[in-house]
Amino acid sequence: MAKKKSGNVEFAPRGIGDEKSGAVQKGVDLPAATKSKHKDLGLSAAKLKAMYEQMYLQRRFEERAMQQYQKGKFGGFLHLYIGQEAISTGTTFALNDDDDIITAYRDHGWGLCRGITPSEGMAELFGKATGCSRGKGGSMHFAKAENHFWGGYGIVGGHIPIGGGLAFANKYEQNGRISTCFFGDGAVDQGALHETFNIAQLWKLPAIFVVENNGYSMGTAARRHTVADIVDRADGYGMKSAVINGMDVFSVYEKMKEIADDVRKNSEPWFVEIRTYRYRGHSMSDPQKYRTKEELEEYQKIDPIERLKTYILENDIAKEAALEKIEEKVEQEVLDAVEFADNSDFPKDEELYEDMFVEDDPYFHT
Amino acid sequence: MAELQFREAIKAAIDEEMAKDEKVLIMGEEVAEYNGAYKTTEGLLDKYGYKRVIDTPISELGFAGIGVGAAMNGLRPIVEFMTFNFAVLAADQIINHASKVKYMTGGQIDCPIVFRGPNASAGQLGATHSVAYDSMYAHFPGLKVIYTSEPDDAKGLLKSAIRDDNPVLFMESEQMYGLKGEVSDEEDYIIPIGKGKIKREGEHVTLVAHGKMYHLAVQAAKELAKDNVECEIIDPRTVKPLDLPLIIESIKKTNRCVILDEAHPFGGLAAEVGFLIQREAFDYLDAPVQRVTLPDVCAPFAKNLFDLWYPSVKQVVDAVNQVTYRN
Repeated sequence: MAKKKSGNVEFAPRGIGDEKSGAVQKGVDLPAATKSKHKDLGLSAAKLKAMYEQMYLQRRFEERAMQQYQKGKFGGFLHLYIGQEAISTGTTFALNDDDDIITAYRDHGWGLCRGITPSEGMAELFGKATGCSRGKGGSMHFAKAENHFWGGYGIVGGHIPIGGGLAFANKYEQNGRISTCFFGDGAVDQGALHETFNIAQLWKLPAIFVVENNGYSMGTAARRHTVADIVDRADGYGMKSAVINGMDVFSVYEKMKEIADDVRKNSEPWFVEIRTYRYRGHSMSDPQKYRTKEELEEYQKIDPIERLKTYILENDIAKEAALEKIEEKVEQEVLDAVEFADNSDFPKDEELYEDMFVEDDPYFHT
Repeated sequence: MAELQFREAIKAAIDEEMAKDEKVLIMGEEVAEYNGAYKTTEGLLDKYGYKRVIDTPISELGFAGIGVGAAMNGLRPIVEFMTFNFAVLAADQIINHASKVKYMTGGQIDCPIVFRGPNASAGQLGATHSVAYDSMYAHFPGLKVIYTSEPDDAKGLLKSAIRDDNPVLFMESEQMYGLKGEVSDEEDYIIPIGKGKIKREGEHVTLVAHGKMYHLAVQAAKELAKDNVECEIIDPRTVKPLDLPLIIESIKKTNRCVILDEAHPFGGLAAEVGFLIQREAFDYLDAPVQRVTLPDVCAPFAKNLFDLWYPSVKQVVDAVNQVTYRN
């Protein structure tokens, strides 16, 4: 006898609307933040203020970018990092300046952390010749190779093997550098990740692979696109792993520093899941029907920038007036960046054919 | 001149470039301890060690991408695919990353990498092991594509490819690895990328043929010579950049052309060269350009169907007869 056919066949788990308790669905469960104080972490007052400035800069840069996008100053995609700034900031403060960073298309914050000036970044968004990638890359392809920021990449998961390759070259050269590769939770489902993890572990590559799990692969909640806890994938490869609270810059800094030291010492890869939340949609065209306002508010209550600000004030590291001064400085920098971008020239027509090949006079098929 | 097998010419090119530059390394399936699936890396592990001759898992996407990242970060990897049919799994790395990273970062990042391995059909291997990919990759800006036909070309061009600071695809053939040919013993023998070669002079018709198709063209030319039809054979050697002036010059002499291509007909090298000839030499043509390609059909296994599928000397002779109005 054939099994009776069910009339109700489904595949992908359903999204919001099927909660039974009425409780707010949470994109990610955050692990506890570190209890370490800044002195335990070896962070000076000056460093804390620099961290605050960096996070605030990323936030205001993107808020202004969004405004300019809505005014029609530039087109293309715009994927905002807002809410995730503790990850880029905590990581860059934990790494050496010549360690490699490569990331996906949500890359503005990473670029700013690694020395792309607000003006170079904004000009890139505007597609101007003065942009960090000469207007050839746009929002998704910020890069500053001289500072070992290898850029943002637009194919989900496509840059994961490349991150492994950066580490391969460092091991080959025995130069003491390590490589870090960041990607979103959607990339975890790509085969590229699994092939790279296997090789990285087998070849002992000095790399840290980090998923910035913000709970959503575009509009699909993590529980709807992937099985088990993301970090558990490390176990299948015998890879060292950790889960970090990405809404707290101290937690990111502390653990990433510890991991970076381990990688530098032992030349073995890590897989790190940093849980976080993005406040804005996947891109500017996202109506965000896959999550509730209440859910977003839950995370905004624990905003990483506010959290650091509160810490600084409560621990009397700086006065409110000093932080306001930082904020005003950043505000002005970002406004200047918008003006710079607006006033910059677009690339010249002949630049269409530049940067394809290394040769000065390359062949182009016609 | 020394007589070398195709595989020996390839090995010699890799060996010489590895000896010359510490940053050159080779990785791929079975390249090290097995000494190469087709023995193109035989002895290299013993000579250069495990750091520079690296066995990979069967993970084309993974190791191609590791090659790309390593190239971006200062090394000069040679990534061997057991066949370009398997490289399809790594196409994201070749097409979306290696070819584009320099442009999209405004020139900040170079990617000096060679992807190499056998291309196209190697007999009765069925549908998934028999495709020619040179035209497909030539479609994409930022890539150089080479598919040579003889050991001498292979040596000189592979050395150029390894030295090139751009991504280069270098294609070979399982069926040609044992082919012997005279190879220049000039020290540091280099053939510039993008230069074709007139390999047979003739006055009646131009045959454009590269890779394995070159050898088909040679056989057809021998047949036709019996009938006093003299073929000029141009081997482009490099698919992109294409040595168009060499082809056009020949057409201006012979006024007739047949293009041989081991790919399927739609949008391949034969289609491209045909278009270019009508644009550059329309007034010189005495007959429409013809082509001999695979049909628009997957590779069959059965011997009789395979023989029907694969380009034959007869098809080339027929095409020449057509452009010379001899049928």
